[in-house]
Amino acid sequence: MTGVSGLVVEDLVVKVHDIQAVKGVSFEIGRGRRMGLIGESGCGKSLTALALMGLLPHGVTASGRVLLNGRNLLDLSDKQMCAVRGNDIAMVFQEPMTALNPLMRVGNQVAESLRLHKGMNRAAASARAVELLERVQLPEPDRTARKYPHQLSGGQRQRVVLAIALACDPAVLVADEPTTALDVTVQAEMLRLMDTLVREEGASLLLITHDLPVVASICEELLVMYGGSIVEHGDVATVFDSPRHPYTAGLRASTVLESTDGSGRLSTIPGRVPSLGSFPTGCVYRNRCPRADDVCGTVPLLTAPPGSTQRAACHHPIESDQPLGSGKASA
Amino acid sequence: MVIYFVRRLAILAVSLFAASILVFTMLALLPGDQAQAMLGVNATPEALEALREQFGTNRPFTERYLDWAGGLIRGDFGISPLSGVSVGSEIADKLGVTVPLILAGMTLALLIAVPLGILAAVKSRTPVGTALSALSQVGIAVPSFWLGILLITVFAVKLQWLPAGGFTGWDDFGGAVQALLMPALVLGVAQGAILMRYVRSAVVEVMQEDFIQTARAKGLSRSQALTRHALRNAAIPVITVLGLQLATLLIGTVVIENVFGLPGLGRMLLQDVGNRDLLKVQGTVMVLTAAVLLINFVVDVVYHAVDPRLRSKA
Repeated sequence: MTGVSGLVVEDLVVKVHDIQAVKGVSFEIGRGRRMGLIGESGCGKSLTALALMGLLPHGVTASGRVLLNGRNLLDLSDKQMCAVRGNDIAMVFQEPMTALNPLMRVGNQVAESLRLHKGMNRAAASARAVELLERVQLPEPDRTARKYPHQLSGGQRQRVVLAIALACDPAVLVADEPTTALDVTVQAEMLRLMDTLVREEGASLLLITHDLPVVASICEELLVMYGGSIVEHGDVATVFDSPRHPYTAGLRASTVLESTDGSGRLSTIPGRVPSLGSFPTGCVYRNRCPRADDVCGTVPLLTAPPGSTQRAACHHPIESDQPLGSGKASA
Repeated sequence: MVIYFVRRLAILAVSLFAASILVFTMLALLPGDQAQAMLGVNATPEALEALREQFGTNRPFTERYLDWAGGLIRGDFGISPLSGVSVGSEIADKLGVTVPLILAGMTLALLIAVPLGILAAVKSRTPVGTALSALSQVGIAVPSFWLGILLITVFAVKLQWLPAGGFTGWDDFGGAVQALLMPALVLGVAQGAILMRYVRSAVVEVMQEDFIQTARAKGLSRSQALTRHALRNAAIPVITVLGLQLATLLIGTVVIENVFGLPGLGRMLLQDVGNRDLLKVQGTVMVLTAAVLLINFVVDVVYHAVDPRLRSKA
């Protein structure tokens, strides 16, 4: 974690009615840094993103601190937050097919942001929108600007969504599964584009996905989330190559082809993600963990071994070169 | 858009043609013709034949249809053999009551339904929203004739502000407006209550769409997202219902016309069916069918104006 702080999240708790869905998450994304946030569905990734944006649905509340430019976003009124959203912090959503207004030309949807935050008049905003569409590498940007969403492919629409998000040069871009709904062939292009633009803008990126290789390809740091908690955090390469938390190891084994067990099939994590409110007490992963024992009934702290920055919340972390499942404490 | 319009217009013309055949055939196939109806069951075959000769109803089917349909195109609906009046001018007369009544009623309905429906949607999780929903339920549940009688009791009998019923024609414009005021109000409340439910659910649904979240993520406030993005999308299902309501009302105002003693189209049709004035029934049904087809035509064209997805498919 180097450089000036871009976004600081401290002890973020998100409650869905009275159940904690995000349980005190803290992290910091340096200015211009790219952070990955991975985990299976239902582990609290999207709620974390929406909490940062102040767009939690009805009945869902956030507490803690989300600091951007010295202000706690969670303290702002909705009116104040409207000036921040799209301007200082922007978001790219998962589903490009439904993320755009079907009755509005895409150019106008991009221009809307500019008119709102930059006070541009209609003509200036439209001209700038065309430039933005060109920046996200849409073909014939001036013609595309006059098209409606249904006239564009999924990949093209996601580029429009990206153009909207980047319109006002936000300090932080939150991308929630931006490539999941796209064709595999388009995914790589989209990621490369996002990576390039975020670098050019010097924006901080929070990339949310369940896809480990996606994070590895563009992020510097990685947060692994499970059951509403951060279970591992560190440098992408380190975490990817030698995960310390058994959950990260399980995720990696289920996505990386080299780890096939000889049957030619990818391994899987046993069991499934519990539904909200039914995670075990203590370590949230212990009911699926091959290394769990009685000690895991207490909540593990997110700590790094001496001389390392790779933090894991585990009572029995995997030490380097130690295969998963061994080294279990005798109990 | 222009191509679509022309094509849709052609479909309208074909539909009208098909409808005219259908209307004519169905009434021709009914047992008992005009002559039979006039002379009763004890009529001699000679007398019947003579009357049919006089009406021209003994001519071949095709000839009679062409005669009638040709007249329609010229705006001539024929002369009713029973009452001796021009069917066309009778219908025009009644439309002069029914159409303004429906238009006024639906305008009122829109004025009630759109703001209250949107408010109910925006406040759907608050007591205000619940109260508004309950209010629309009451509006739907209250029978029109009861509300009509209530209004007559209060405004005509007690306060004597408005006439209790009747219609003296548009020559006395002020009087005509006064006569239509209460019936339009009853219509507006009943239809507005129904429409309001559709407006509410359409807005609630659209506000949960992903693109509203995108709009909010841009920095639009909830009300800006509503006015700039949600309402136009919510209008699409509401237009459908509006078209259906208009079509239903053309004949569905019978109850209100009876309560307020208005000489409207629905009332006339009911009487003509009772009197077996077949030519008038035929003309009226044709006009109603044409009106429904025309409303559907307008609804389709409006759809295309609102929704670009439909435009590119055409």
